[in-house]
Amino acid sequence: MEAFGLLLQGFGVLLTWKMLALMMVGLVLGIFVGVLPGLGGPNGVAILLPLTFSMDPTSAIVMLSCIYWGALFGGAITSILFNIPGEAWSVATTFDGYPMAQKGRAAEALTAAFTSSFIGSLFAVLLITFLAPSVATFALRFGPPEFFAVYLLTFCSFVGLGREDKHKTIISLSLGLLLCGIGMDTVSGQLRMTFGSTELLRGINFLVAVIGLFGVSEILLTMEERLALRGHAAAITLRTVWKVWRELPRYWATLLRSSVIGSWLGVTPGGAIAASFMGYNMAKRFARDPKSFGTGRIEGVFAPETAAHASGTAALLPMLALGIPGSGTAAILLGGLMVWGLNPGPLLFVEHKDFVWGLIASMYLGNVVGLVIVLTTVPLFAAVLRVPFAAIAPMILVSCAIGAFAIQNAMFDIWLMLLFGVVGYVFKKIGIPLAPFTLALVLGNRAESSFRLAMIGAGGDLTVFWSNGLVGTITTLAFTLLFWPLISALFERGRRLLVPVKSGRSGRA
Amino acid sequence: MAESEIEIVVEDPDAPAKNSPVVSSIRTVDMVVSVLLVAFAGLMAFDNWRTGMSWSFDGPQAGYLPFYLSVILGGASLYGLGAAYLSKTELRKSFVTRDQLRRVLQVFLPTLLFIIAIQWLGIYVASFLLVAGFMRYVGRIAWWKSVVTSLVFTAAMFITFDVAFDVIMPKGPLEAAFGR
Repeated sequence: MEAFGLLLQGFGVLLTWKMLALMMVGLVLGIFVGVLPGLGGPNGVAILLPLTFSMDPTSAIVMLSCIYWGALFGGAITSILFNIPGEAWSVATTFDGYPMAQKGRAAEALTAAFTSSFIGSLFAVLLITFLAPSVATFALRFGPPEFFAVYLLTFCSFVGLGREDKHKTIISLSLGLLLCGIGMDTVSGQLRMTFGSTELLRGINFLVAVIGLFGVSEILLTMEERLALRGHAAAITLRTVWKVWRELPRYWATLLRSSVIGSWLGVTPGGAIAASFMGYNMAKRFARDPKSFGTGRIEGVFAPETAAHASGTAALLPMLALGIPGSGTAAILLGGLMVWGLNPGPLLFVEHKDFVWGLIASMYLGNVVGLVIVLTTVPLFAAVLRVPFAAIAPMILVSCAIGAFAIQNAMFDIWLMLLFGVVGYVFKKIGIPLAPFTLALVLGNRAESSFRLAMIGAGGDLTVFWSNGLVGTITTLAFTLLFWPLISALFERGRRLLVPVKSGRSGRA
Repeated sequence: MAESEIEIVVEDPDAPAKNSPVVSSIRTVDMVVSVLLVAFAGLMAFDNWRTGMSWSFDGPQAGYLPFYLSVILGGASLYGLGAAYLSKTELRKSFVTRDQLRRVLQVFLPTLLFIIAIQWLGIYVASFLLVAGFMRYVGRIAWWKSVVTSLVFTAAMFITFDVAFDVIMPKGPLEAAFGR
């Protein structure tokens, strides 16, 4: 078990007072971020990223990933107590969590949510521990054509599998990729799309865009909603914890199912949001009495929380092993890696063992510590919501501005952040998805340079993307996914022609 | 059980009313955005054509990929323009009501002023003004509470970023007076 030895080494990196303190700070900040409406995992991480610029990469990633775990935990608190999902991925938790709180079982629901989050992420971390090194070793064989094929696969899967209107996903992707190209072309050194502006010479920084898209726009969106809230308060006692934990084994099937769904959707760019809904729906479908869901069943809390947390954690697997983030937050962490001077990709496992295994070890420890913190301090965090939004909103805006400026010390970036804030606000309301945009912004340059390196290597011959079994398979898979809606429609039509009309509607929803 | 009682209540007296008149439907905004995107794509396509978008002997020139991306973006936006024009559901849905727009501008305009102020006053003084002003005028929170909260927040930011982590921020006359 090589992974086990390396993991122990990772714990060795982690167990210093400084690291433990950073973890605690990260977790507490993360829970705050998760509880507050108008601040989520991605923007919390993006805003706090500048704090880590002067840290060494390992401390930085440990703190940032703990913010992420904290946000995942925190989202459940407001969903259950206030029926307000602090995060999009905790929407499904409100379905049964809030009814439980109304029935006076808030403490149980919270314990269930936190415990299942913990189980979900533990499952995903185990997956990362044992799978990521082999994926990375495999990916060491990749050359530019293979990498480009993998990027293409990521982009195409968004178009083919996303639920939004296809043209809106394409707009989002192509706009992101286009904005990436602004500035100096890394291959030829030529300037493009700068229109003579020295500010645009630097290009559009991914993190500035993210702070605007997620931070500023979220404030605008939150303001136009009704901010009044009424909620339950709950403190968790040891007895409740024991009661819920004793029931856990009975729900092993739900927990396992949600963990698998979550991990799968986390690795592919499906995301925690889709995972939480799917986990909930699957639990409902497999239950003996599906109708009781929505009335305050503990299983209805277990299922989405496990899936959301598994997915959020598993999203780091492709980020570490391939340099391709599985979620928006993972994309921001990837942006962080580049700022700290690390080159994301399979070589990370070879060149920066301390960093990778320190991070993986921190996932274990962070989730244990996070579980203890949320179980003991729920009333405190619920009380945060008493702070009026009129006080929180300007503070978040200031943090966004500080964050945007700190990345490149440019005033122009603060303006850009505001612009992206407006763009994010409008896009969200007219249904242009932001996730493909974010992913395109972070991967665009790397995708382009691997494409062009592949072209230089092959003398401009496009068939290089089908030149061997591996790259050919990935490229073909990418195109299959891109045209998946068309392909499945064709299949559907074909089947309808074969099956007599009498058998009626096909079961697809 | 006592736990079921509602214990945390936050009021929002000037929340947007449900029946506030609709300023714009989603369809209109979708169409405007599509037109803007088509124009943007056209501009980008032109610039990349100027840079060089052809295929040289060793692969694409600098403008090749961005040029075709602009073409894809333009195409998808044109399609979006048509789809939005024909969409009945988007016509029915409201993009923003008058009350909502008022609230959004309540955040947007102060943020705009804040960013302008950063350039003259430095980020810390501007932050103090934004937080205190917003709490007082938008949140209608008592004067002393607003000022104290804002002061504590700004000081905490200054200590974290400037003193502890050495992150350089835009500064103004006040910081200069203190020699930092």
